[in-house]
Amino acid sequence: MKDYEKTGILSLKDLQLPTRKQLEKGVAIVECVQRIPCNPCVDSCPVNAISMKDINAPPVVDYDKCIACGKCIGICPGLAIFVVKIKHGRALVSLPFEFLQIPEVGQKVKALDRAGQVVCDGIIKRVVKAKKTMVITVEVNEKFGMIVRNIRV
Amino acid sequence: MDGLQGDTIASALHANDVRILTRSLKYDNPRGFFCGIGKCSSCLMRVNGIPNVRTCIAPLNEGVNVEMQDKLADLPSADFKSKSTKKMVFDILIVGAGPAGLCASIEAANQGASVLLVDENLQIGGQLIKQTHKFFGSKQEKAGTRGIQIAKDLGEKIRGYQKNGKICLMLNSTVIGFYDGKKGFHKSAVVKREDYDSALFEIECKAVIFACGAMENMLLFPGNDLPGVYGAGAVQTLMNVFGVKPGNRVLMVGAGNVGLIVSYQLLQAGIMVDRVVEAAPVIGGYNVHAAKLRRCGVPIQTSYSVKEVYGEDKVEGAIIIKLDEKWQPVKGSEEKIKCDTVCLAVGLTPSTRLLAQVGVNLEFIPEAGGFIALHDKSMKTTVEGIYVAGDSSGIEEASTAMLEGKIAGVSAAFQIGYDKNIKTLKKRYLKELERLRAGPFGDKSRKAKDKIQKLLGKTK
Repeated sequence: MKDYEKTGILSLKDLQLPTRKQLEKGVAIVECVQRIPCNPCVDSCPVNAISMKDINAPPVVDYDKCIACGKCIGICPGLAIFVVKIKHGRALVSLPFEFLQIPEVGQKVKALDRAGQVVCDGIIKRVVKAKKTMVITVEVNEKFGMIVRNIRV
Repeated sequence: MDGLQGDTIASALHANDVRILTRSLKYDNPRGFFCGIGKCSSCLMRVNGIPNVRTCIAPLNEGVNVEMQDKLADLPSADFKSKSTKKMVFDILIVGAGPAGLCASIEAANQGASVLLVDENLQIGGQLIKQTHKFFGSKQEKAGTRGIQIAKDLGEKIRGYQKNGKICLMLNSTVIGFYDGKKGFHKSAVVKREDYDSALFEIECKAVIFACGAMENMLLFPGNDLPGVYGAGAVQTLMNVFGVKPGNRVLMVGAGNVGLIVSYQLLQAGIMVDRVVEAAPVIGGYNVHAAKLRRCGVPIQTSYSVKEVYGEDKVEGAIIIKLDEKWQPVKGSEEKIKCDTVCLAVGLTPSTRLLAQVGVNLEFIPEAGGFIALHDKSMKTTVEGIYVAGDSSGIEEASTAMLEGKIAGVSAAFQIGYDKNIKTLKKRYLKELERLRAGPFGDKSRKAKDKIQKLLGKTK
């Protein structure tokens, strides 16, 4: 039995991790590890960086192909895709957001980890509307790039 | 009291903070509504003098007189005019306008069959209309589209067939019984409610597709009948269909997809979810649903169940308890939780009562959620001309229900003599269905369908 089956929280060990170089370029981190019948992310990718053996297979990202456009973030029905880009000691984390308290660009928010715990403050850098699922980019310290997965406005 | 256009009587009462709708027969305990979709009987009230009205699906009209009824209900004081029964003939009767029924209707009408589509609710869509989350699956199954949008899209298609006279839609209507028809026909009685009054129709048709859905399971514990203990789907209906907050602090029981999704939607509605408890040692729903709840800070406790819910006339709190490997409560592990709402997301039971009356072969299949009409790959039951689709043919989810509906729709049309490429269509739908059920989360469905096939083989 995997830990996440009890807790609901994925650890970095469960994920396909990009290299430092790939993170600097910016890549989509797909946090979808179970075999479930779903594939809209594959169709959404403009550069065919996401692939799947069959509709039940977990998606695999070709980090070299990925251009970090973030189209898959708002498409994923499981809200399980994030884009992380590291630059000058800061990490830009783009995440799906479906709550009414929409933050504004420049606003300071609390950045939360996969357990909903506050890890640090973050600054909102971008807010994009994609069919009711907003895609929000928050800037945090580089070391939290693979940790921050939610915000509290 | 006021309500909004589109409210049901029960949703308007909730919005006005009236939560006690009736009292129990034996102990006079207060009862609020539980299922919210016209399946249970805990919202029965006296409306304009007529007793036993299911207020959760009865429309709210200006000036309506709603009273709590004396438990066993006095005879109606309303006048019953004797009206003649109207007779109607169709190729196919489809019972239930949820994802399965709508798809069945569209497919059958597309083949050229005349269809009567009957549903108890005030609008079509079944449970799709409360599903504000995006669907999984592939493009063909509308992946990435929200349930409510799928209901709108299907509704648009239905309207097209209504215009050309292929589909006749009867809402706020109930199929109440089946009778022997003349050779090759099934006869059924349908009650259509109008302004809390009703009209009776006699329907003759060559085939019937039952897509009646399912109802939420109750769990046994002291206090389970207190107003404030709801089926998770009822809460979803209150919030997402009627815009009424069910409470302020919720304990969710069950971490399957329904429990996880409804918990998330409660958060979206600005309602605090204290935690999710799950009796099984692992989370039953998709990890992606659990993960989005966890990162909002909602704890999920596996191997925990609700021991008791307490409160005077309404939920004031709950006691949860840890379960050991044998699912037995661990003494001393009780924990008190303050909440005003308890949601039960502990599975569903297929609605098969009409099928039982028709006389199809029903068998108890635990993996399918209860008694199920045995059916073949064409969704045909053991009675000629009777088909099933969707949750009433085994609990699954809306994507598979839509495909089963399509299969039942073309199969019934084929039986009557229509055939626009049906063989190819059926093959395609069956293949898509197989694909959706191929993963580990399809285990239960595959097992259920295998059992059904085996039992069906024995009856032949």
